[in-house]
Amino acid sequence: MLLIRCPYCAVERPEVEFAYAGEAHIARPQDPSALSDEQWKDHLFIRSNPRGTHFERWRHIHGCGRFFNAVRDTVSDKFAMTYKAGLPRPSEAEIGKARS
Amino acid sequence: MLQEYRRLEGSRIAAPDSALAIAMADDCTRFSLRIAEEGIAQAGKAFGVALPKQIGGMTAAGGRLALCLGPDEWQLMAPLDERDALEAAFAALYAKVPHSLVDISHREVGIVVEGRDAALALRSACPLDLDEMAVGSATRTIFDKAQIVLIRQGQDSFRIEVWQSFADHVWGILQAAGREIALEI
Ligand SMILES: [Zn+2]
Repeated sequence: MLLIRCPYCAVERPEVEFAYAGEAHIARPQDPSALSDEQWKDHLFIRSNPRGTHFERWRHIHGCGRFFNAVRDTVSDKFAMTYKAGLPRPSEAEIGKARS
Repeated sequence: MLQEYRRLEGSRIAAPDSALAIAMADDCTRFSLRIAEEGIAQAGKAFGVALPKQIGGMTAAGGRLALCLGPDEWQLMAPLDERDALEAAFAALYAKVPHSLVDISHREVGIVVEGRDAALALRSACPLDLDEMAVGSATRTIFDKAQIVLIRQGQDSFRIEVWQSFADHVWGILQAAGREIALEI
């Protein structure tokens, strides 16, 4: 079974305790009414869907209940690292270090 | 669907040679407490037991039990007749230390799983690494499809806290696992 490290519990726990919650670091526009329909649609529905490194949200729903962020490779399915919600996107160097 | 309240009360599952004994725990008072870090010390005073600060931590004294389930979430357990006194103690704290205290006593039942093969019985449906679970710790996890809180009271003694509506399902799986252990298959 895949193990995922919860940054709040600070332990690796079985995947079935977690729920996926979409792409991470998507900031809600400050003034939604100023946006065109096209821009609002992009905010709501258009995601980067990369091949490789992906920043995504997970929730430790059957554990501490917290949302957090993860860096996962969409090709190998391997998690590089996880970090608390609200922290900035880790740099390439940090991700590389976590992978090695 | 109408369900009888605590319909499993008094039920037992046992294997020979005390390898496994599963029984419904006596009913108790349960609260869900949400509070900011600054208030932990005072909440501990109101409860009569200092609250654990680490997720997975557990503290106990005088029949009262405090489990830290999340960054700002605790489950408090106490004997049935202490509910009103605890509610009053936290109500007195509220003006100074804002928090949320919700009575969840009726939501859950306790199942005590004990014996040499207790961990084996739990492993039949719980993906948690029980070898890594310290005695005196507690965590929310999953048992088959049902969310539970698992408490390790001793090396061979666990307590499952599960919602009433899932209790039948969890009990049924434990019964099947207990049968296999009794027959040594
Ligand atoms: Zn967690």
